[in-house]
Amino acid sequence: MDPHAIAMVANAFGEALRLLTSFDAELIGIVGLSLQVSLGALLIAALIGLPFGAALALYEFPGRRSITVLLNALMGLPPVVVGLFVYLVLSRAGPLGFMELLFTPTAMVIAQTILITPIVAALTRQLTEDLWREYGEQLRSLGSGAGRAIPTLLWDGRYALVTVLLAGLGRAMAEVGAVMIVGGNIAGFTRVMTTSIALETSKGNLSLALGLGIVLMLLALLVNAAAHLVRETAARQLG
Amino acid sequence: MSTHNSILPLRLEQVSYAVRGRTLIDAIDATFQAGQRTIILGPNGAGKSLLLRLCHGLLTPTKGRVVWGGPFAKEARMRQAMVFQRPVMLRRSAAANVDYALAIRGFSGKDRKARLAEALRNTGLSELANQPARVLSGGEQQRLALARAWALEPEVLFLDEPTANLDPAASRSVERIIGAIDASGTKIIMTTHDLGQARRLADEILFLHGGRLVERSPAEAFFAKPRTDTADAFMRGELYW
Repeated sequence: MDPHAIAMVANAFGEALRLLTSFDAELIGIVGLSLQVSLGALLIAALIGLPFGAALALYEFPGRRSITVLLNALMGLPPVVVGLFVYLVLSRAGPLGFMELLFTPTAMVIAQTILITPIVAALTRQLTEDLWREYGEQLRSLGSGAGRAIPTLLWDGRYALVTVLLAGLGRAMAEVGAVMIVGGNIAGFTRVMTTSIALETSKGNLSLALGLGIVLMLLALLVNAAAHLVRETAARQLG
Repeated sequence: MSTHNSILPLRLEQVSYAVRGRTLIDAIDATFQAGQRTIILGPNGAGKSLLLRLCHGLLTPTKGRVVWGGPFAKEARMRQAMVFQRPVMLRRSAAANVDYALAIRGFSGKDRKARLAEALRNTGLSELANQPARVLSGGEQQRLALARAWALEPEVLFLDEPTANLDPAASRSVERIIGAIDASGTKIIMTTHDLGQARRLADEILFLHGGRLVERSPAEAFFAKPRTDTADAFMRGELYW
């Protein structure tokens, strides 16, 4: 590696640390919006995905297997395709164009929700199915049907479900394709960590890109460490 | 429990249960009346657990019928309970596990609180009420399973080898609790492969082998001399298949 490049990277690192330690306003704004959008998407995905996943595990009906297969396939939705789809729906000529949501944080929340709801639902389904295998006879014996068992199993799987939700959050925070297309990466309005990393890197502004990269990594680490701790503690205390 | 508002008798009419063409329960006819402690005895694989699940409604017979014959048969679902070989506890406190069962059965208010406290007291678990149920010992968990069932004051209680995984001391305390539940007026229908336990608890014996009801006798007569060779062989520990 030539010394010039090394100096550039070192310089970028230094600048990144300066931005981080000085709580640079632009950087904080970008991180804040990222969290807001992805947590918003996670909230909606959880409200839909948790009960839907559990219901899919507990209710028997024709077509259940096809839906399960489809749901599992949707876990791998490419973000740019989701972005394109939401773009088409929200664009001026699209069916929801009148709402004028394109290039707003709301559009980004919608796109990420579509992206991660299948993840939350599919993992919840798997978890609930395993729990039902263990609890099913006992709960039915007590007189609980599938409907009554849904909140019971979700509550009993609450610590494992934290991991499920974090998988969704991680996916939302890390994706760049969907928010880029429907948000437009407008400075100060729809610019999030991943889109600005992409932009700043292409502009050659490595310091801001690196600073954001470091924050993104730290957040991922923090969130996963917290999840691990929650699970460990739960396993020890609740068996 | 008076008989005029009962769900009993429980009648099995030619009940069979087959899985993939293999008949595991074969045309069993039996009637269960209130009062007597019924022990379903037999070697491993005789179909005892299956028969219990068919009676309790967790399985549906592939042939024949399970009929609750009492005037309150419509309420049968909510007036029976089952204790399993391996207790299944929710990830919450011991007390909350009993309370959950009471909530499902529609108990509320003071009655629910009183039932909860009494069930824990009767099974010696009051001290452990706030412990997470799943970290209790095997014996404690089985007592908790009994408390959970007892709190519901079922008219019929099914028990599937409730002491199979327990040491002798824990088994004895479970047997004592079963005796107390019986004394409180609940009909006991229980499976075991433990002859000693059957002797201690049974008023009548249903001897099962190979999915068939081989013999049904009053306990005293059965243990004096079974009427069938198969049961006799089982008693002497010589039933090999």
